[in-house]
Amino acid sequence: MRMDLLTLIVLLPLAGFFLNGLLGPRLGKGFVSVVGCGLPILAFFATLRAFTQLQASDAGALAETAYTWAIVGDFRFEIAFWFDRLSALMTLIVTGVGSLIHIYSTGYMKDDPGYARYFSYLNLFLFFMLLLVLGRSLLVCFVGWEGVGLASYLLIGFWFDDPAKAAAGKKAFITNRIGDAGFLLGMFLIYHALGTLDFDAINAAFNGPVAPAVSASLVGLLLFVGATGKSAQIPLHVWLPDAMAGPTPVSALIHAATMVTAGIYLVARLNGLYLHAPEASQVIAVVGLATAFFAATIAVVQTDIKKVLAYSTVSQLGLMFLALGVGAYGVAVFHVYTHAFFKACLFLGAGSVIHAMSGEQDIRKMGGLAKKIPITFVTFAVATAAIAGIPPLAGFFSKDEILWFAFASEYGGSPVLWALASFSALLTSFYMFRLLWLTFLTPSRMDHEAEHHVHESPVSMTGVLVVLAILSAIGGFFHVYDFLEPVMPMPVENEALEHLKLPLIGIAIAVAFAGLAGAFLVYRGGLATAERLQQRFAGLHRVLSGKYYVDELYEAVLGKPLHWVSEHVFLNVGDRTLIDGSLHGLTSLAQRTAGRLSRVETGNLQFYLLLAVIGVALSLAWMWGNG
Amino acid sequence: MDRTQLLLTLSIALFCLGLVGVMIRRNALVMLMCMELMLNGVVLSLVTFAAHSGTLSGAVLVFLVFVVAAAEIGIAIPIVLLLARQRHTLDVGAYSGLKG
Repeated sequence: MRMDLLTLIVLLPLAGFFLNGLLGPRLGKGFVSVVGCGLPILAFFATLRAFTQLQASDAGALAETAYTWAIVGDFRFEIAFWFDRLSALMTLIVTGVGSLIHIYSTGYMKDDPGYARYFSYLNLFLFFMLLLVLGRSLLVCFVGWEGVGLASYLLIGFWFDDPAKAAAGKKAFITNRIGDAGFLLGMFLIYHALGTLDFDAINAAFNGPVAPAVSASLVGLLLFVGATGKSAQIPLHVWLPDAMAGPTPVSALIHAATMVTAGIYLVARLNGLYLHAPEASQVIAVVGLATAFFAATIAVVQTDIKKVLAYSTVSQLGLMFLALGVGAYGVAVFHVYTHAFFKACLFLGAGSVIHAMSGEQDIRKMGGLAKKIPITFVTFAVATAAIAGIPPLAGFFSKDEILWFAFASEYGGSPVLWALASFSALLTSFYMFRLLWLTFLTPSRMDHEAEHHVHESPVSMTGVLVVLAILSAIGGFFHVYDFLEPVMPMPVENEALEHLKLPLIGIAIAVAFAGLAGAFLVYRGGLATAERLQQRFAGLHRVLSGKYYVDELYEAVLGKPLHWVSEHVFLNVGDRTLIDGSLHGLTSLAQRTAGRLSRVETGNLQFYLLLAVIGVALSLAWMWGNG
Repeated sequence: MDRTQLLLTLSIALFCLGLVGVMIRRNALVMLMCMELMLNGVVLSLVTFAAHSGTLSGAVLVFLVFVVAAAEIGIAIPIVLLLARQRHTLDVGAYSGLKG
């Protein structure tokens, strides 16, 4: 029986949302944990089943229509699902890593009063994310796209009684809105030109013999604006570091492993379109590279353990976009896949550290944790090595492929892209090992009180860490881009550069170890060397820890004028003067006329009669006169 | 002046007398009586026209009007009685509680 398996995958987390949201607070934590973790795990197994069906069938994809939304003229808006190799991989990541993080959350959020609310939001997120990756048309994808934005907003502002956290949620939501405007415009253009929103039809139309009557680059750029919002690329990257205000498992699931890769997924999904949009692809490559580079430089000076990871996520997403920009779609998705493992592991490890430190997130006040929380340390170290690109861990393979295609792809690759990307990789390795050293290896800088409380996390948390660390270690041996080849063709490599492939791999490995060595030299003894360097390059340090003042720039260029216009034009002139003024005028006019007229009501019966008689007499006279 | 004219003049006189009475007297009972007077003026004109045109229908209509008038007085007098019991006066000026 193969009926409606895809619909089932999508609906399971939604059921969890309703059960936990409506009944959770009454039925207690046991119920919430079972429903909140059980349904995503069921969805994971349903996905595995669908995956085996996909492998068994000859067709390239399973398609399923769940519901016809509306029929307008000749066009049917359908909620339809599409399960090809790309969707399958993304769904496996979302449900698999998602389930792990749900399990981890049962430990991490154990004592939170909003336990049921937390799990219902998390399930809601999974529902929308699955809608996003399984949707057959841009429309369904967009519904999921907006939905994950909502879930992200709800979870960033989960502790909404802290105004700073609530503000971070709003910032994420509003920044995403800007990107969504681009997404919508791109969608309208495609519908206008092609009359369909189905991904397979769009790719087929652009790959077909007759070019569609719309500029692929324009559509591609508009959709990329949407992707920059969701995947935190310059210039819309500002929300992601602030999003760390949410609970740490949320940062791991939404802001590292799954949701932020939605932009990558969108571009990869529409590879047929982007293959015919070289200008848009160039923009994507440059924006991705710039983001990778700038975010990596910022991460070097951050002192909040989660902020370092956040900027590292932004930087890694930039590398993925670089891969997309040079046409290596499968490689970008490969990095999405490995990144999901090691970044989830890093974030959850950070959560375990924060848990052990009773809420402290400043790495300057940590150190020496390796002996106290050994499981967290080992898993964190594996994931760090993976993201730094130490072979043979997962990150090495995916990052190396990205660097190679940035260098040698016929579709826009160049040595400049490679050099800057390699430098970003060097920075990545440096700041990740810096984090590792400052948190775990240097002598302890904790005060006595905090040191006394340090404890290893419960099994529900460390178990998940171990699983993710193993996946980070071995994930790279599954070459996703070969698996995705039928869906997403690989770019043509420049034959003349083939002989450079091995030397470049050597350089990539050297870069990873150089970062390790640099971090070791600077941070092995604690903060002293770093502080000397900081004083030497005070100006640079200020710019970097000020995050290039992008937030301040936006505030000055957009925030302040908008505030001024709202306050002085729309509030004072528009609302208070025009709208309130005209309404107040109308009411006072009515009051004054009514006041005058009410004097007729004297209460004297005979006076009324006199008026009636006069009226009758006048109307009689008028009738007499007009015959 | 023939008979018809005379009777019509009388009916107008009765009506106007009643109207002026309603307008200038303050006593509720007297006002009711004056209203009857106005009614009688109208009825008289009805009968006069009926006789003038030589048909009976006008005369029949008069009885119907009397029935209605009797019913109307049957309601009006109790209302006046209730009012009088409340305020111990028949002056209509005392009952102006609804004025704006």
